[in-house]
Amino acid sequence: MRFLRRFRIRLSNFVTRRSTDQRLQEELAEHLAFQAEENVRAGMPPAEARRQAALKLGPVEAIRERHHAEQSLPFFENLLFDLRYASRMVLKSPGFSAIAIGTMALGIGATTAIYSVIDATLLHPLPYPNPTELVRVQDDLPGVGAHGVGISIPEWRDLQSSGIFQSVALTGTGANVNLTGSEQPLRLSFKQVTPNYFAVLGADAQLGRTFDPSDTTPGYNLEVVISDGLWRKEFGADPQIVGRVLRLDNDAYRVVGVMPRGFRDQGSTSDEQNVDLWLGAGFSGLPFRPPQRDLRLASRAVIARLKPGLSIAAAQGHLDALVDSLKKQYPAEYPAQTAWTVRLIPLTETVVGSIRSSLILLFGAVGLVLLISCVNVANLLLARASGRGREIALRQALGAQRTRLIRQFLAESLLLFVLGGLAGVAILFSAQHFLLRLIPESLPHLNNISINWGVLVFAVAVSVVTGTVFGLAPAWLMSRFDLIGTLRQEGRGSSGSRERARARQILVISELALSLVLLIAAGLLLRSFWDLFKVQPGFNPNRVMAIQSWLPGPNDPSADIYRSATQEAVLVREILRRSRTLPGVEEAAAGDEAALPLGHSQPGRLPLLREGIEMKDNEAPVINSPIVSPEYFHLLSVPLLRGRLFNDQDLEDTPQVAVINQAAALTYWPNQDPLGKRVRLRLDSRDRRTGATPPWTTIIGVIADARTESLADAAIPQIYRSIYQRPAKDLAIFLRGQLDPGAISSQMRTQIQSIDPELPVFHGETLDDVLSTSLSVRRFSMEMVGFFAATALLLAGLGIYGTISYVVNEQRREIAIRLALGAQKATILKMVLRRGVSLAAAGTGLGIAGALVVSHLMSGLLYGVSPTDLPTFAGFTVVLTAVALAASYIPALRAMRLDPITTLHSE
Amino acid sequence: MKEKPDVLQGTLALMVLKTLDVLGPQHGWGIARRIEQISGDLLAVNQGTLYPLLLRLEHEGSIASEWGVSENKRRARFYRLTAAGRKQLQAETREWEQTAAIIARFFKVKAEDLP
Repeated sequence: MRFLRRFRIRLSNFVTRRSTDQRLQEELAEHLAFQAEENVRAGMPPAEARRQAALKLGPVEAIRERHHAEQSLPFFENLLFDLRYASRMVLKSPGFSAIAIGTMALGIGATTAIYSVIDATLLHPLPYPNPTELVRVQDDLPGVGAHGVGISIPEWRDLQSSGIFQSVALTGTGANVNLTGSEQPLRLSFKQVTPNYFAVLGADAQLGRTFDPSDTTPGYNLEVVISDGLWRKEFGADPQIVGRVLRLDNDAYRVVGVMPRGFRDQGSTSDEQNVDLWLGAGFSGLPFRPPQRDLRLASRAVIARLKPGLSIAAAQGHLDALVDSLKKQYPAEYPAQTAWTVRLIPLTETVVGSIRSSLILLFGAVGLVLLISCVNVANLLLARASGRGREIALRQALGAQRTRLIRQFLAESLLLFVLGGLAGVAILFSAQHFLLRLIPESLPHLNNISINWGVLVFAVAVSVVTGTVFGLAPAWLMSRFDLIGTLRQEGRGSSGSRERARARQILVISELALSLVLLIAAGLLLRSFWDLFKVQPGFNPNRVMAIQSWLPGPNDPSADIYRSATQEAVLVREILRRSRTLPGVEEAAAGDEAALPLGHSQPGRLPLLREGIEMKDNEAPVINSPIVSPEYFHLLSVPLLRGRLFNDQDLEDTPQVAVINQAAALTYWPNQDPLGKRVRLRLDSRDRRTGATPPWTTIIGVIADARTESLADAAIPQIYRSIYQRPAKDLAIFLRGQLDPGAISSQMRTQIQSIDPELPVFHGETLDDVLSTSLSVRRFSMEMVGFFAATALLLAGLGIYGTISYVVNEQRREIAIRLALGAQKATILKMVLRRGVSLAAAGTGLGIAGALVVSHLMSGLLYGVSPTDLPTFAGFTVVLTAVALAASYIPALRAMRLDPITTLHSE
Repeated sequence: MKEKPDVLQGTLALMVLKTLDVLGPQHGWGIARRIEQISGDLLAVNQGTLYPLLLRLEHEGSIASEWGVSENKRRARFYRLTAAGRKQLQAETREWEQTAAIIARFFKVKAEDLP
C-alpha cells in the first residue's frame, strides 16, 4: 500500500512536472547555516566554519539528483528525454531519415498487407461461435480410391446418436436455382440443408427464424431462409419479407427468415460463401429413396459440431471405434476391400487448406523483405555512426554512461522504425482499395480482408520488435568508441570502426543471401507458372465462350417440363440452332457444368461398374462424368483416337453410349480394347429418386486426354455422355467464332428467353478467362513473390553500394597516398572491386544454401520444375553478382578518380 | 527506482522516525545532528541519503513537513511524525528488537550448547 501511495505521488509529480527542487535548495541552505553556526560555536573562524559545513554536507548536486530521483519517475523522464533528442536527430538529417523511414515503410507496409490477408483467412477463417468445435465429416473408400463419397441416411443417424457430436447436419454442396416471378428470371445459388444446419453453425436469423432444428420431416420442407445480400439486392430490405412466397424452380417456398449481414456460408471460395438461399430438407423418405445403409448421398457434405471439450483426435478415436463396430455389424454393406473410413476434418481446414501453403510462402517472402529492410536500415545507422564519432566521444568525455548512450541510440532507431511502420500502414490504408483488386477472387474471405485493429497492432509490434533488435547492434557498436583515439584523430577513424566495418559486412552478406533466396524462390515460381501457362491443355480455348443457364427442377418430377432427355433435347437443339445464327458464331455445342473446362469447383463423380467385373455399387471406383452434345469435342478440338463420337442418332430410346478419354481407357481397361465394353454409372441423382437400375452404357469412342479438370494434371479419367441421352440441369452453351463477349451474352439471353422466358442466362465468359482464373492464385503468388524479390534485389544493391562507398570513404587517405606514390588507377579499381566481389561471393554462397532449403519446403507449389533447378539457381546467382558488382563499381570509379593532392590537403 | 538493499538505509529510516518520536518536530539538520550525537559520533549521517529519505518517508505518509521558525529565529522546514508513522515506528521497533534478540542469541550460543 505504501508503495502504491508513493508511486501515485511520483506519477502525479511526473505528470504535473512539479518539482520540490526549490524547497530542497532552501532546506540545504538552512542545513549549511545550522552547521556553520555550530562550527562557529565550536570555535572556528566563520569562513572556515562555512567551508567545513559544506564539506560535511557533501556534493549538493548528487543530493539533488537523488532527491529528484525519489521525487519523480526517472525511467519515463529519461525516455521522454531520449525521444525528444531522437526526434531532433531525425530532423537534423532529413535525407538519411527519409531513406530509413521509406525503407521501413516498404518492409513493414508489405508485411502488414500480407498479414491482413492471413489475419482474415488463416487466423479467422470461421465466423461462427466456438469454431474449433466445427468439423467436416468425410466418408472415404480408400480401397477403391474414392474420397468424399457422401453419407447414407443410416450412417447419419449413427453419427447423431454416437455421443461424439452435439449435432450433425447434411448440406448440399451448393447449386443453382431459378427465381422466377420477377421481370428477369434470376439464377441464385442455394444450399439444401437439414433443418439443424444453422444450429450446428451457431447462427440465428436477423429477421424471422431459421429452420426448426427438430423438424426432420422427410422430403422437402417448403421454407426458405435468405441471405442479407439477397434481401437487400432483390427485395429492397423489405421488413415484411417474412411470409412472402418465392417461386424457386417452379416450387412455391415461403420465406421464414433473413440471415444477418455478416453471415456467410462455409466454403473456400467466395462463390461457395455467397449462398443466397437455404432450403430445408429432410433427406429420407419421399422423394428420396428409402434409407439404405450403402446408398450414399454423393453430393452431400456433412458438417457437425463436436461435444464441448472433445478434441478432434479424441473424437476421431471414438469414431474409428464406431466405424469398426458398424463394419462388423453390417459386413455386406461395408466390404473389406473398400476399406470404408470416416474422417473428421476441422472445418477451418476445408476453408483454407488449399491456399495455406501459398499464403505461408507469401508471408515468408514478405518476411525476408522485411528482414532485408531492417538490415539495410541497421547498415545505414552504422554508417552514420562513423560520422557521429566525435559527438559520441565528447558526450562520453562529459561523463555520459554507456548504458545511457545505448538507450539513446536505441530510442533513435526505434523512432525511425516506428515512423517507418506508421508510414507503411498509412500508405497501405490509403491504397487498400487498389491493393484488394490485385487479390484473386478465388481467395476465401476476400470480403473480410481489412486493415483492422489486430492488423494495426501487428504493424506496431513488428516496428517495435524490429526496431529493438536491429537498433541494438548499431547502438552497441556505436557506444563502443575509443574515447581518446577518436578525439585525438579528430574523428578521422577509430579503433571501433574496424568492428563496425565487420558488422556492416556481415549485414551486407546476409542481405545478399536473403535476396538470393527470394530471387530463386520467385524464379522457381515463375518457371512453374510459365510451364503451366504454356502447357498444352489438349483442347483449344481460343475464341471459345461459355454461357450458362439453369433448367428448373421442381420438387415434383412430373411437373418438370425438362424431365427426360427427349424433352430437354427440344430445348437444347433449338438453343444451338439459334446460337449458330448469331453474328460471329461458327460453332455451338452444349454441355453441363462439369463439361466446362476448369470452370467448376466440384466435379460430379459417379461410381463406375464394369460389365464382367462383379462389384457392388459401394465398391466401385468413381469417375468424372460430364454430359455433352455431339459437337462438343470438335468445338474444343479434342481429337478422337478410336471408335466414334456421339451422333444425332444417339437418343434416349437408343442404347446408351459413352465416350471415354485415354486416361480412363488406360486406368479401367489396361491392355484391352475399351470399345464395346459396357458400364453402369450408379447413384446419379435421378436414379436415387426412382430407384431404378441404371441401364448399360456402351463405350463407343476414345478421345485424347485433355486437361479439362486441372492444368497441372495430365490424365484424369473422364467418361462423357450425350446430352440427348442424359438430361442436364446445369446447362453450358459453348460458342466458337469471332465473338464480341460484351454483346454475345445479351444476344444469347434474348435467344434463350424467347424459347423459354423463365430461364436465366448468366456467367458468360471466354475460356481464356476461365483458364486464367484457374491460375489466379498461382499468378498472385508469383507476382507478389516476384515483386518482393525485385524489392529485395534493389535493397541489396543499395546495401552493397552503401558499404563499398563507406569503405572507400574511410580509405580515401590511403588511396590518395597510393596514387601519389604512383599506383595504377586500375589497381585501385581492382582493389575496391575485389572487396565487392568477396562480399557478393560470401552472400551468394549463403544464399544458395538457404535457397536449397526454401525451395524444398515449397516444392508442393512447384510444377514441372525441380526444386534444385540448375538454370534458375545459376541464373539468379549471376544476376545478383552482377548487381553487386555494378553497385561496387560506382564507388570504385570514384576512388580511382581521387585527386591525391586535394584529398591529402583536405585531410 | 530500485533501492539497493542497504542496511544503513533501512536503519536510518528507523533512526529518523525514532528521533522525531522522541524530540517532536525537528528540521533536517537537527535530525542529522541528533543521530550523530546518539551514536556517539560513530555514525556520520550522509546528507546525500538523508534528504531523499525524508522525501520518501513523507511520500509514504509516515512523516509530514511544514515551514516553521527554529529556536534561533531561522526559517526551517520541520518534520513531524504522523499517526501512520507512529504505527510504522512501533511495528518496525518490534521487528528490529526481534531481529536483535535472535542475533544476540546466535552470538551467545557455544558449540557445547547445541544438542
